[in-house]
Amino acid sequence: MSPGPALPEDDPDGTTVLSASDVARALTRIAHEIVERARGVDDLVLLGIPTRGVTLAHRLAARLAQIDPAFDAEACVGELDVTMYRDDLRRQPTRAVGVTRLPAVGIENRTVVLVDDVLFSGRTIRAALDALGDIGRPRAVRLACLVDRGHREVPIRPDFVGKNLPTAQSERVRVRLEEVDGVADSVEIAGRAEGDGSAR
Amino acid sequence: MTELTAGPTTYVLRGVRPLGGDAVDVVLDAGTVAEITAVGAASADGATVIEAADHVLLPGLVDLHTHLREPGREDAETVASGTRAAAVGGFTAVHAMANTSPVADTAGVVEQVHRLGEQAGWADVFPVGAVTVGLDGERLAELGAMADSAARVRVFSDDGKCVHDPVLMRRALEYVKAFDGVVAQHAQEPRLTDGAQMNEGVVSAQVGLAGWPAVAEEAIIARDVLLAEHVGSRLHVCHLSTAGSVEIIRWAKSRGIDVTAEVTPHHLILTDELARTYDATYKVNPPLRTAADVEAVRDGLADGTIDIVATDHAPHTREDKDCEWGAAAFGMTGLETALSVVQQTMVDTGRLTWADVARVLSTTPARIGRVEAVQGRPIAVGEPANLTLVDPSARRVVDGTSQATASANTPFRDHELPGQVVATFLRGRATVLDGVPVPVHPGVGGAR
Amino acid sequence: MKHLLSTADLSRDEAVGLLDTAARMAATQSREIKKLPTLRGRTVVNLFFEDSTRTRISFETAAKRLSADVINFSAKGSSVSKGESLKDTALTLHAMGADAVVVRHWASGAPYQLAHAGWLDAAVLNAGDGTHMHPTQALLDAYTMRRHLAGRAQGLRSPHDDGVGADLTGLRVAIVGDVLHSRVARANVALLHTLGAEVTLVAPPTLVPVGVEAWPCRTSYDLDATLVDWQPDAVMMLRVQRERMSGGAGAFFPSPLEYARYYGLDARRLATLPEHAIVMHPGPMNRGLEISAEAADSDRAVIVEQVANGIAVRMAALYLLMAGDRSAEGNDL
Repeated sequence: MSPGPALPEDDPDGTTVLSASDVARALTRIAHEIVERARGVDDLVLLGIPTRGVTLAHRLAARLAQIDPAFDAEACVGELDVTMYRDDLRRQPTRAVGVTRLPAVGIENRTVVLVDDVLFSGRTIRAALDALGDIGRPRAVRLACLVDRGHREVPIRPDFVGKNLPTAQSERVRVRLEEVDGVADSVEIAGRAEGDGSAR
Repeated sequence: MTELTAGPTTYVLRGVRPLGGDAVDVVLDAGTVAEITAVGAASADGATVIEAADHVLLPGLVDLHTHLREPGREDAETVASGTRAAAVGGFTAVHAMANTSPVADTAGVVEQVHRLGEQAGWADVFPVGAVTVGLDGERLAELGAMADSAARVRVFSDDGKCVHDPVLMRRALEYVKAFDGVVAQHAQEPRLTDGAQMNEGVVSAQVGLAGWPAVAEEAIIARDVLLAEHVGSRLHVCHLSTAGSVEIIRWAKSRGIDVTAEVTPHHLILTDELARTYDATYKVNPPLRTAADVEAVRDGLADGTIDIVATDHAPHTREDKDCEWGAAAFGMTGLETALSVVQQTMVDTGRLTWADVARVLSTTPARIGRVEAVQGRPIAVGEPANLTLVDPSARRVVDGTSQATASANTPFRDHELPGQVVATFLRGRATVLDGVPVPVHPGVGGAR
Repeated sequence: MKHLLSTADLSRDEAVGLLDTAARMAATQSREIKKLPTLRGRTVVNLFFEDSTRTRISFETAAKRLSADVINFSAKGSSVSKGESLKDTALTLHAMGADAVVVRHWASGAPYQLAHAGWLDAAVLNAGDGTHMHPTQALLDAYTMRRHLAGRAQGLRSPHDDGVGADLTGLRVAIVGDVLHSRVARANVALLHTLGAEVTLVAPPTLVPVGVEAWPCRTSYDLDATLVDWQPDAVMMLRVQRERMSGGAGAFFPSPLEYARYYGLDARRLATLPEHAIVMHPGPMNRGLEISAEAADSDRAVIVEQVANGIAVRMAALYLLMAGDRSAEGNDL
């Protein structure tokens, strides 16, 4: 959940790189990969990282249930707030602490798939792993993200990626999801070319 | 009084307005007012001319209520530094309160203070004698000995503490009649003010500081005016601060009781809202009251119910103020801001004339203190040249640390006030010129 | 927020935000691993000019659960007469690099002075000053009420998600006892008013401050009438200090027995409360004086829970004061 600097709501420079149907296809593909990799849906739980990661986790859960009706989408999705584990708290105004809701089935000895919208520096996922470690001991932890834009600052690698999006450090990636943003799903990239730096 | 004129300087005060009246030239020579004549008519030959058009000339101010702290707390103020501050504020006489260490309850201590005042030369120092030994409120001090001493004490007060025992108060009121003295009462019922920190009311309830109720002042004043009436004595009430106290004094005067009352400059302008800052600069006894009380004391001063303004100048060291409100000392300085506060609250609002200012800050306090033979005199030829020259159109921002007093606990820090004392003359010698203190002997006195 | 000095400075949104953060903190405290890394490397000084083991331990626990380093600094006695001044203490803490100072002081306003005198730049958290304020106590009381009672005035049976996001609109709270000397009462009246609750103070007239008419609450001298006629949702009993009864002519009421008779919460009075009403006490209790054993131990009493909630509320306050970039924070709270 670190898509880079905040994007003005109607940045005219934004270039759409994923449309609503692209997003839907990417999620369907990820769902299949998750099942394939886990050899089924047993012991699988999804933990979304607020805000859009939670929405994506619910969408993935619905797809998993379609692939295998044995998957209980209600009981196997949760959300993981990582605010209190972040390493950049002191660099910005105080963040509101979010809620952590564990899946009804718990995470002990489960395969946990962390779900986020954009993978960037990797620091959010580092915080999520720390948070997870304080809550319980999953059998395995995987990472799914809609977009991987590169520029990792810690040795973290996604297991499932919707789209690899080569970006410049100064560019910004914006994900919009209908449930959160009230508009059609999209992924945009902004700040390309001469806009570099000036908006940071 | 020792003659303190430092030299043969003759001053011509050109174009001054005595008591705010018509402009004249006033010539000071040999310690007295030598001539009052038309503007431009006074000869400048061999004289120092002070161009003072539109400046107001007042009789030298007389403070009936000053804490000079010496002996005992020379770290907060000395007789020299306190009287220098008095001169800067336009005062030519101060009454030095008795709550020193040792307490001024013997002829020896009051004579010491009196002598220190003479040596400093900034203003006449009239020591106030303690009513009771050690201010303990248990037995009378040797009031007669103090009255008969070289200090010629006429005002007696346990100020800082109240003479709360009714029998003792009665005796004191009676006893001082023998030498035309007066008891100046610090009206504070001690049991009603145990641990009190500020005015009791809406603000104290919110900020959680123990309350000092108005009734604790009013109950003592009511008792004392009745006692004074009963024994036929005169009574002076120190630093009256509440609307109720004004009512009681008004009533007492209407009955013909021989009572006089003072109000401080700070009670004319500041309110208990300042306690919300928890800045102990605003901690004072009696405490700052409500806006309604401020209005009432202004009314009382305007209509003559309150006779005088007295500073209750109470210097304190920084350690005694730079701490928790509950641990801080009571009191604020006032000598150097008193006239400005009176101008702002009473003159600029049209409630007092400059002649009234002369009455409440000079003539009447001198009369109450029974020093009217030498201080608080009319501005007339042949009178001692105890004078204060004020520029009422000047404005200044108060800076506590650069004042002449040795302490910085002024509540008017960083406030802009109207009026500036340009010069002060004590028996013809300038103690202040151009707003700056002038030591008796250069290099002495000013440095303390 | 920069400091937490008085509940009177909190807006409704700030107060609800604090309670919501406390709820998130509380959720972490049911885990096996209760410690969060949030304030690692930061230093909290507990500066206590007055004994209060309970409050100090609560703050210490809260700070440690957030991985802050905790230094306990006990400076009992009057600063002027018995040693180092408040100012020198503050300068010392500044030199030690304290990031937050939790201060308990016998003098009303001392935390305000620490925050505003320019002696140190740490966040100042008022842990009770004189007879003025005790903001974290009021916050934990409000948190406890919200958990049990939020939404009741809107007809909800029990609050959803511990009442997160909600205020206390429409709740009735009776605060009973020594209001005059109580920083808990002052802190609660201000906060409960901000959160939309109605408050009635119940006390003998000697223990009601002059000037109370400016407070946003009602006052009553009659506990029975308040309980029966007003039907409060929560009753908060204040501790009555023993020294208030002695002192001869200066005593505030004739005897402990008479106090308990008119202002003590006992089983009979408890029975007149609505079924859902809760009984609170900031502790430590004088059993048999302001509260009987039956009342204190009844299932209506949430007194032990108040203590647990105190840790979550103090974690929330420390988090909000210390976690972010302090130069970016505007308000004093």
